[in-house]
Amino acid sequence: MEENQKELPVIARFEVRRRAYLAPDGTILRDLPDFATDQNLVVAMYRGMALARAFDLKAVSLQRTGRLGTYATSLGQEAVAVGIASAMRPEDVLLPSYRDNAALLWRGVTMDDILLFWGGDERGSRWSGPVDDFPFCIPVGSQAPHAAGVAYAFKYRKQARAAVCILGDGATSKGDVWEAMNFAGVCRLPVLFLVNNNQWAISVPLRLQTASQTLAQKAIAAGFPGEQVDGNDVIAVRAAADEAIASARAGEGPRLIEAVTYRLGDHTTADDASRYRSTEEVQQRWKEEPIARLRNYLVSRMNWSKADEEKITTECEQKVTAAIEHYLATSPRLPETMFDHLYARLPSAYAGQRREIEDLNA
Amino acid sequence: MPEVTLVDAINLALARALTDHPDVVVFGEDVGVNGGVFRATAGLQQRFGAQRVFDAPLSEALIGGLCVGMAAQGLKPVGEIQFMGFLYPCIDQLVNHASRLRNRTQGRLSCPMVLRTPHGAGIRAPEHHSEATEAMLAHIPGLRVVVPSAPERAYGLLLAAIRDPDPVVFLEPTRIYRAVKGDVEDTGEGLPLDIAFVIREGHDVTLISWGAMVKDTLEAADEVAAEGIDAEVIDLATLKPYDEQTILDSIAKTGRCVIVHEAARTGGFGAEIAALIAERGLLSLLAPVIRVTGYDTVIPLPRLERQYMPSVARIVAAVRKTCKFS
Repeated sequence: MEENQKELPVIARFEVRRRAYLAPDGTILRDLPDFATDQNLVVAMYRGMALARAFDLKAVSLQRTGRLGTYATSLGQEAVAVGIASAMRPEDVLLPSYRDNAALLWRGVTMDDILLFWGGDERGSRWSGPVDDFPFCIPVGSQAPHAAGVAYAFKYRKQARAAVCILGDGATSKGDVWEAMNFAGVCRLPVLFLVNNNQWAISVPLRLQTASQTLAQKAIAAGFPGEQVDGNDVIAVRAAADEAIASARAGEGPRLIEAVTYRLGDHTTADDASRYRSTEEVQQRWKEEPIARLRNYLVSRMNWSKADEEKITTECEQKVTAAIEHYLATSPRLPETMFDHLYARLPSAYAGQRREIEDLNA
Repeated sequence: MPEVTLVDAINLALARALTDHPDVVVFGEDVGVNGGVFRATAGLQQRFGAQRVFDAPLSEALIGGLCVGMAAQGLKPVGEIQFMGFLYPCIDQLVNHASRLRNRTQGRLSCPMVLRTPHGAGIRAPEHHSEATEAMLAHIPGLRVVVPSAPERAYGLLLAAIRDPDPVVFLEPTRIYRAVKGDVEDTGEGLPLDIAFVIREGHDVTLISWGAMVKDTLEAADEVAAEGIDAEVIDLATLKPYDEQTILDSIAKTGRCVIVHEAARTGGFGAEIAALIAERGLLSLLAPVIRVTGYDTVIPLPRLERQYMPSVARIVAAVRKTCKFS
């Protein structure tokens, strides 16, 4: 610092805190939040993560055998999605990115709907689960302004609901994400921006996305709190999400949570991560993955047995298998139905085009 | 019946929508306290409160995306982009989200929003304030694109746009915001969004235009009338989806057609109309279709904008040419 600058008064100071409860081996780092001693809940969270992983594995093999389109797994990041989704109420609204299957599953979207979407059929996003939730957002970060709009509607109608927008680390480089955060701060909107910082935006590492020390601090410029959590510690994600969502519902404005995790898999089935990162790096990160960590916690603190774990593994595999059978038996869409939800009522100008495709397939 | 300007008609329609529907919210840059740089939202924040009529930060992508999020929750957002040249950061929201939310969720969510923005040149404004890129918008499936040309239709079209269950981009012709007046009764009645308006009937030639150029096209029709040419003038009004039948019926009657728009020629919406006529009205034609348009240049700064835009003289010359063809 220049000598003469030291004489200038400091007009603002900021700090960013990091939250973690479980070390990678499952040992406890600090006093746990109350919910962490509720065995039913913790087991349910374990099941949610295990189900997402079992689903991912099968989805990838479906893709490899030509029965599913390009697919993005959440391998290694299950704690982020389950931590946040388990903190939400049904009436809250989720605005997910394309890597958030585990959150959708927790909220009641069926596996066959998710498979239908990745299998190339829009009917997969017409789910009967959380009817106000947004579908997967593919253009990175472009759902952040929607989250602000949804939250504005909650505030306008004086509803105690929260909008939850899940973004990746790459999304924090986008202007529209900043625009949404900025507006959320101005209007103190009930919205939580959850940044799933998995270190990689396809092949671009975090250090090329930003010179910021954390992504959590991006909230500070928008005038609301940002916190970093260990994103492989589902207890930490859940605890931070509980506080953020409670704050939103209480009218105390937005929050940002940066969940630091690691993308153990390829970006999608169309990617080969070995082109841009080392096997050693990935192997190192496997030691921190969230499911083993929670299992260690359950074993050491809740007398969990191998049989308990195997029961869940079997249950998850059966559910996934049943969903896949259902998905593969889905009747094909008639081609002319591509016009059916273009507008509330198809304008007469396009009726001829609909007939054209109908005649071609008659 | 009160005579009002086009911008007053917009203001009346917004006030009516805000009065009738508690879910309508109006926002954009400077639309609140200031009432909009063109005064389109003057007095609305005072009447309806800062929750319903508010100033957005200077963030066009946000304005588009806010509309999508609000609309998915059942509000009826009316966003404003201050000038069409500033619309482009918001195109992502229109193409990727607003126009397809209904389709990508197969009707589970929908997007009943309106995005208003001034359209066109002719007010000696700075660079980027004179855009007419409606053809780009009309290419997006799932959108509606509306361009009024007179106060009496602006009122009804805007009300219909706000009530429509799908996203509508509403382009307001800047040059005639105050240059035209018309009788507007604040009845709350909307106009259909899928019809073109035959605003002058004639038998010799069909002139098709929209937005501010409708005024010049009508003047050209008056001028050629003195020479015995009886021109029919169609205000297209809604560019997407557009009213093919009214155009084809008119061509069947006149056999001659001049299309007038201020946007650049290549890929302009006039090309779409000419293609329609070639596909479905060719056998009615007595002469080639002529387009009178802006040139394929960047819209010049104000000193040359009048030379860029179709003048009454250029329209008249095109009408004479097509009527002489045999």
